[in-house]
Amino acid sequence: MENNVVLTMRGISMTFPGVKALDNVDFTLRRGEIHALMGENGAGKSTLIKCLTGINDFEAGEIHVDGVEGAVKNHSTQDAQNVGISTVYQEVNLCPNLSVAENLYIGREPMTPLRTIDRKTMIKKADELVKRLDIKVDVTQNLENYSLAIQQMIAIARASDMDCKVLILDEPTSSLDDSEVEKLFKVMNQLKSEGVGIIFVTHFLEQVYAVCDRITVLRNGTLVGEYPIADLPRVKLVAAMMGKDFDDLASIKPEGFEDRHDAPMQIEARGLSHRGTIKPFDLDIHKGEVIGLTGLLGSGRSELARSIYGADKAHTGTLKVGGQEARINQPLDAMNLGMGLLPDDRKAEGIIGDLSVRENIILALQAKRGMFKQLSRAKQEEIADRYIDLLQIKTATRETPIKQLSGGNQQKAILARWLATDPDFLILDEPTRGIDIGTKTEIQKLIIQLSQEGKSIMFISSEIEEMLRTCNRMAVLRDGAKVGELDGELTQERVMAAIAGGADND
Amino acid sequence: MTKKKLTQNPLFLPLVCVVLVLAVNVVYDIAQGNAFYDFFRITMQASASGEQLLSGRLVTILNRGSEVAILAIGMTLVVSASAGTDISVGSVMSLCASFCCMLGAGFGVSAVNDPSEFAMPLIVGLIGALVMGCVCGAFNGALVAYLNIQPMVATLILWSAARAIGLLLCNNLIVYVRVPQYQVFGGYIGFMPTPIIIAAICIVVVSLVLKHTAMGMYIQSVGINKKASRIAGLNSKRIIFMCYLLCGLCAGIAGIVNSSRISSADANNIGLNMELDAILAVALGGNSLGGGKFNLAGSIIGAYTIQAITTTMYNLGVSSAVAPVFKAVVVIVIVVIQAPPVKAWVRKHAASRSTGKEAAHA
Repeated sequence: MENNVVLTMRGISMTFPGVKALDNVDFTLRRGEIHALMGENGAGKSTLIKCLTGINDFEAGEIHVDGVEGAVKNHSTQDAQNVGISTVYQEVNLCPNLSVAENLYIGREPMTPLRTIDRKTMIKKADELVKRLDIKVDVTQNLENYSLAIQQMIAIARASDMDCKVLILDEPTSSLDDSEVEKLFKVMNQLKSEGVGIIFVTHFLEQVYAVCDRITVLRNGTLVGEYPIADLPRVKLVAAMMGKDFDDLASIKPEGFEDRHDAPMQIEARGLSHRGTIKPFDLDIHKGEVIGLTGLLGSGRSELARSIYGADKAHTGTLKVGGQEARINQPLDAMNLGMGLLPDDRKAEGIIGDLSVRENIILALQAKRGMFKQLSRAKQEEIADRYIDLLQIKTATRETPIKQLSGGNQQKAILARWLATDPDFLILDEPTRGIDIGTKTEIQKLIIQLSQEGKSIMFISSEIEEMLRTCNRMAVLRDGAKVGELDGELTQERVMAAIAGGADND
Repeated sequence: MTKKKLTQNPLFLPLVCVVLVLAVNVVYDIAQGNAFYDFFRITMQASASGEQLLSGRLVTILNRGSEVAILAIGMTLVVSASAGTDISVGSVMSLCASFCCMLGAGFGVSAVNDPSEFAMPLIVGLIGALVMGCVCGAFNGALVAYLNIQPMVATLILWSAARAIGLLLCNNLIVYVRVPQYQVFGGYIGFMPTPIIIAAICIVVVSLVLKHTAMGMYIQSVGINKKASRIAGLNSKRIIFMCYLLCGLCAGIAGIVNSSRISSADANNIGLNMELDAILAVALGGNSLGGGKFNLAGSIIGAYTIQAITTTMYNLGVSSAVAPVFKAVVVIVIVVIQAPPVKAWVRKHAASRSTGKEAAHA
């Protein structure tokens, strides 16, 4: 082991049922370094972290930690802590109704000879700890009196105090604002100067370049590479994360597809916003147009779509649908204006797990008709059968509970739910996530076909290539704001440059 | 194959339970030297005033179980939509009964013995009681659906307050309404006990509504996945609110029946602990208290199972003071039979036995 290396992971492999989650991944962390672990959703970042902290049981590979003889194999987070690996997650796992000092020392309180908690020593030690990290808090106050950022830092202080060699920060900044992030970075830099190796998992590019020394990029469970920060400008990072080597499938766009500028307007949004998730934006969508929303995860893609649909009611701005001023307070209002939304979180917001495939398919159409105009059973079955056939949904029967279907078939059923309402404007948020390549192509073809029929589609995907294949136009989002539109000839380079933004933007 | 299908029917276990309870009576009757069908005998008996009335233990079960059956309808919907229970229904019954009697008798009056003494027509009292039930339900529904208060906590308010308000309305007295027009709701129409008719009407109406509207699917959908239902265009909050409102209405109806049965508004005792029976009925019917899919028929069977247990206790000569202990034992057995681990164990056991048999044959 190099003498300044605190952690090495070699050839880590791990399989989930049916998926190779990690394939021969290496990772090296040095003393006093902030190391970004980057990759798109499903790249294997969390899986790798979980292998390290003992939550996942990896199949092959070795982990070595500085100061520990032989290969380390953790079976619990407690094991991990014992060898000096601490983790702070996105959600603060502390007790808000206890004091800061109690939170810092819970489970390892200093004791008096009478085996009671020595509060005086505890408060003194806690005070020293927060002073050292320059966190300005009164350690006797309850944790809940402080902002989320402070709570996050207390969690970090607690982790760093436990003889910590490796500190893992898993998306610690996603609920913090800019000034809070600044404070967090200060604490991180303090720990770095004390020699702690920090693994920083985040989706925010800005933050990586603000604080990290080194970047390791994963894609689809494999290691793309490890780079010093200076050698990997943003565009290259985005390219590394998304993969430049995409399948050069034949174009599925028909002739004259691009030209939709003369078509009447379907959606005109002006200054629409939802506090905390998407800043005010303007957006026009023509009839029969496929508009792609692109940007990294957390850039506000889904949030933009949701504010149009009323899934998160817009706080400001106006919306015209088909030229008419529209007020949308809830999804049903949007549906009555001919909209549909296929949400990205299929399990939480898409399927009604215990209901049958039939009921899941007719649900939106029934909701549009109202409770008292029930579709007859025969009609329901006819609709369900039509879409099961059309989209080739693989299910034992139409009465099978939808939760028993595979992810791809669940997705098709939800797609069928919206097609059954015959929408004019359909928002598809990550419709192809977690679906096999064949089904992906089918869905892409369906999008083209729907737009040929004059329907407008908003298409959100993390895979640029599939957007390039289907979209007329793209809107680019970064950090919760729409920052531009791409028109005309869409290429991978242009899109990536636009996503990365910053100094590398041309 | 058909046998397997039968055991997989969601009503199979609730039905087995009710049959088990009834079987106890048969065994007891045989042991006593009575005819084995004694328990099931339905006869016409002359009442004190000489009318021919339907009687028999089965009739008693159906009659006495009416209130819980009516409550179970509302409770089923509430459980399904909100994954919580409405524990206020017993108290709301009491409040509705008091309100009904006081509207009829006039506030401050303690007894009505003749229709001419009514302060307001009886129908006003009846409608008032139903409206009061809806108001209580709406109150619960608003707290749960729009303020996101946990159902148990939200309904705890009326659980304690409604009965007290009822007592206030009655001036802390038992108000008697000994008028045939009122007594009929807990008595007889022709030879038929009225509570059975009222319960049957409620069950049929709700079943028809569930069959001919999309209400059942809406409620289940919201109960299974509130967020997804909203995205698909359902007004999840309004649906939860509606379920609580209906539950309150059911409590109002049950309150009238119960009060009419005893010809009085006894705010202290009407519907006492009945919310627990209603919740138990839903659970005995094989419904998950975690919400989602529901089976109304199961809940109704559950309600009558509870009454069957009580009637059986009296049949066996168990004193009413000790009866709750036996009732608890029976309920434990029924609930354990339906518990998922036990079901799984039985399935496994049955499978290994049948494979064992095959092995022996080979």
